[in-house]
Amino acid sequence: MKRYAWFIPALVLVTAVLVYPALRTLALSFFHLSLGNGFRLEFGGLDNFVRLVGDSRFRASLVVTGFFTIVSVTIEFILGLLLALAVNGFVRYQGVVRTTLLVPWTLPTAIIAVLWGWIFNDQYGVLNELLIRSGVLHSPIAWLAGPNTAMAAIILADVWKTVPFVFIILLAGLQRIPQDLYEALEMDGAGAWAKFRYVTWPYLMPFVFVSLTFRIIQAFSIFDLVYVMTGGGPGGATETVSVYAYQTLMRYLDLGYGSTIVVATVLLLATVALGLYALLVRRYERLF
Amino acid sequence: MRYFARFFVVILSVIAVAPLVWHGISSVKPAAEVTRIPVTLVPAHPTLSNYAELFGRRAFFSYCLNSAVIAALASIICLACSSLASYRLARVTAQVRSLISSALLVVAFFPPIVFLLPLYEIIRAVRLVNHPWGLIIPYAALNLPMATLLLTGYFQQIPEELEEAAAMDGLTPFQTYSRIILPLAAPALVTTGILVFIFSWNEFMFALTFMNLESTKTVTVGIATLSGAFAEQVPWGLLAAGVVASSVPLIVFVLFLQRRIVAGLTAGARN
Repeated sequence: MKRYAWFIPALVLVTAVLVYPALRTLALSFFHLSLGNGFRLEFGGLDNFVRLVGDSRFRASLVVTGFFTIVSVTIEFILGLLLALAVNGFVRYQGVVRTTLLVPWTLPTAIIAVLWGWIFNDQYGVLNELLIRSGVLHSPIAWLAGPNTAMAAIILADVWKTVPFVFIILLAGLQRIPQDLYEALEMDGAGAWAKFRYVTWPYLMPFVFVSLTFRIIQAFSIFDLVYVMTGGGPGGATETVSVYAYQTLMRYLDLGYGSTIVVATVLLLATVALGLYALLVRRYERLF
Repeated sequence: MRYFARFFVVILSVIAVAPLVWHGISSVKPAAEVTRIPVTLVPAHPTLSNYAELFGRRAFFSYCLNSAVIAALASIICLACSSLASYRLARVTAQVRSLISSALLVVAFFPPIVFLLPLYEIIRAVRLVNHPWGLIIPYAALNLPMATLLLTGYFQQIPEELEEAAAMDGLTPFQTYSRIILPLAAPALVTTGILVFIFSWNEFMFALTFMNLESTKTVTVGIATLSGAFAEQVPWGLLAAGVVASSVPLIVFVLFLQRRIVAGLTAGARN
């Protein structure tokens, strides 16, 4: 058996299902191909990209996606970190806690959207009921009908699902820190903050970057949660770029322009990812 | 500090399961009670009618069966292809390996919508729309980069002397792989397989686009579109039952395989 023969099955699969489609999407972004022109493939050069620059709906979806990504990843990271520190330092039954917290992460996002959609329901939702009973609210809020509350609802559902992921990664990082480093600091009379600042944080740094990179990329491509929970509404207030691209491709059947939206999104995402990577490499070199 | 930390962990653990518990409660309420205002926190007349409807009158069982078959076959194909590739990948020079690993990582991070339209064109061209293989192959490929990265890390830990010994005993490289390396790598294969299964079971966008018949829908699409048929009157009790019933297999997974799932996630993070 030749050396390269081992790679053939994987290579065939990746080429047919990932590489070719990605290249085709890239190519289509320079063409007109839609229901409107009778699905005739016409080369349009940069037409679609020019249209994209002037597309206010695309700009709005970028703002929505960016806002969602920044807010939800920040909350997820802070909660995940606190949770990992608390479990690592003060909890005896770590297996039980890990199992419990892992449940939301393993559930399908589309199902989570249905689950939270009902909790946020204005008439029969349990959230309004609890808030009214505890005196926080006087009358029920139509969460998914208001632009700001719908965004808040989506962020909450996403946080609920992905805090466990950040927690698991960071807990694994914490458990790999050599304990004698802490003992050495204790001998010098260092307090809890100093231990965190000079041992925990620097050692945790690679895990921090891994979890953040994963989360930022996934949050930026979010589709399931929004599509099922609000469909991008009300009035586009929660429409992310993936949802807009999906609608353009599959509902308006504007295949050329839809591909352009996808390509632009990937380029933006790549820029963010490269920025993060550069940051990571710089940090690494300084710390290790 | 200690008590504050424990309190924090307990609160978040409660929040992690509370929404599911609430759906569990709602799913055993009769239709009239689910939409009663004020909401009752404990069902007055528990009933299994929602589940009876879900499994009896709806295609829920077929959704689950579709998802299970698709996710299982996707995992097996993904493992077969990725284990072959990663076994070789673990034995090339570090330079080549880091090059290929980076390329795989980039592909793994692409938003799935990048592949959606051309993949749909292919699947339609080969007449696999509404056919399980129309999702099995894409899922196997979609998870292949992650699986390959995970397995490569594991294969690197297996000492090369083992292969040299096997070669001396007259085994071909493929026999060495199938009879000696694969059994040794069983824990890693199980971990990776579980993750691929979960990701395939949970996938929504491709399933939504490639499967549109009631009889071919997967469980995520089935539940997400359950309410669509009733524009005005959403069958909340039925939806709650659907959420619970489709979550149960995953919860069982977590209960029994928590250690493996965590191991897979953290190994992925380290690589």
